[in-house]
Amino acid sequence: MGYHWNWGVFLQPSATGDDTYLGWMLYGFKMTIGLSLSAWIMALILGAVIGVLRTVPNKVLSGFAMGYVELFRNIPLLVQLFLWYFVLPELLPPSLGNAFKQSNPIVQQFLASMLCLGLFTSARVAEQVRSGINSLPPGQKNASLAIGFTLSQTYRYVMLPMAFRLVVPPLTSEFLNIFKNSAVCSTIGLLELAAQGRQLVDYTAQPYESFIAVTVAYMLINVVVMFGMRWVEAHVRVPGYIGGK
Amino acid sequence: MISMNKVSKHYGAFQVLTDCTTHVNKGEVVVVCGPSGSGKSTLIKCVNGLEPFQGGQITVNGVSVGDPKTNLSKLRAQVGMVFQNFELFPHMTIIENLTVAQIKVLGRDQHEAEAKGMQLLDRVGLKVQALKYPGQLSGGQQQRVAIARALAMDPICMLFDEPTSALDPEMINEVLDVMTELAQEGMTMMCVTHEMGFAKRVAHRVIFMDVGHIVEDDSKEAFFANPRSERAQQFLAKILHH
Repeated sequence: MGYHWNWGVFLQPSATGDDTYLGWMLYGFKMTIGLSLSAWIMALILGAVIGVLRTVPNKVLSGFAMGYVELFRNIPLLVQLFLWYFVLPELLPPSLGNAFKQSNPIVQQFLASMLCLGLFTSARVAEQVRSGINSLPPGQKNASLAIGFTLSQTYRYVMLPMAFRLVVPPLTSEFLNIFKNSAVCSTIGLLELAAQGRQLVDYTAQPYESFIAVTVAYMLINVVVMFGMRWVEAHVRVPGYIGGK
Repeated sequence: MISMNKVSKHYGAFQVLTDCTTHVNKGEVVVVCGPSGSGKSTLIKCVNGLEPFQGGQITVNGVSVGDPKTNLSKLRAQVGMVFQNFELFPHMTIIENLTVAQIKVLGRDQHEAEAKGMQLLDRVGLKVQALKYPGQLSGGQQQRVAIARALAMDPICMLFDEPTSALDPEMINEVLDVMTELAQEGMTMMCVTHEMGFAKRVAHRVIFMDVGHIVEDDSKEAFFANPRSERAQQFLAKILHH
């Protein structure tokens, strides 16, 4: 194989001259992390609310939550991204749509990507939260109501603290997924990690180094997330309970 | 204190309770027994509105349970309930289990709630376990904590739903002892149980249920000496001679 390895490529000044190729990679790395973390926060908050709504006795609320989940988890991620980025600005009132289209392109791409990833993942988080709530012994809800808690207090003090503990492992998977899914956002021009990897190939003709670096960067992120979530899991463990010490 | 008038309940076409009428006076201990599936657990859960019912009325201390305008949470805070599977909150320590509702429902301050909680733990002999979690206690200990948790709310009456059915035999007595003591102090109690020894010692009245009907509702002396229905005779024969 006549491939010419050159790891030194990362230290060369980039085509635009104002940075090194390593600088490009770091920019993409930071973009991936910034995008994924903001989308994750959004997904956790929305997912928790929707997941709870799926389990409440009120049929209108649980029906709404079910519609939400089915909508966001049944449309392919890529299609959702195009809808947010290309279609939604046209559907907004002209003043708002134009304001969006005239804003900094990076802001446009970031906002559309965050909404897309956040909402898509929130539907999945909602399902995890719902399964956590439903796996609690039914007597817990009765005991909480019987002692005088209202339904919302029952969720807040009794059901959710246990339900969230139960779903830490599946939520870890979702957290890992959001970083990996963020690569889709390169298709609308957001310069995140995967996009920067491809740019590097175009400019340096060193595809192996580029994509090995991208791979290592994603793995690094996921190792940190995994250990972080493992710490969370150990930290919230209930003594004497299943899975506890 | 607790008054039921022709209470009926059905799940779809399946009739669970039919015209159940009874009264529990202040300070009275009433044991509800009957074969499994007779509706006794459902009946007791209707008293604090955990189970909705379609026909009849239940009033607790003059408040109608079935009335949609009734603040059920407020009513339930006054009615202690103990469950078959203890249902302590597993993520809270024992003392937190005893204080959380005092603080969030009754508005007591932390210090007052803890003092009350510790006093009740002492009473059920579990003061040293205050900082443990429910999963670290035996079944009998958990059930004693559950009783203390209910008492921490200063209830006007107590409901017990088969409190000893999930316990190993050697733990049953420690729970029954607490209940007996409570009864002797004059607590109004409605208790679903198969412990006929407890009924004989402590109950004032016994209600016998079968397929959703209250078949017998009599003083314990009359019930044990001379059950009127054939169904109750069979039940007693089985349960007393096993």
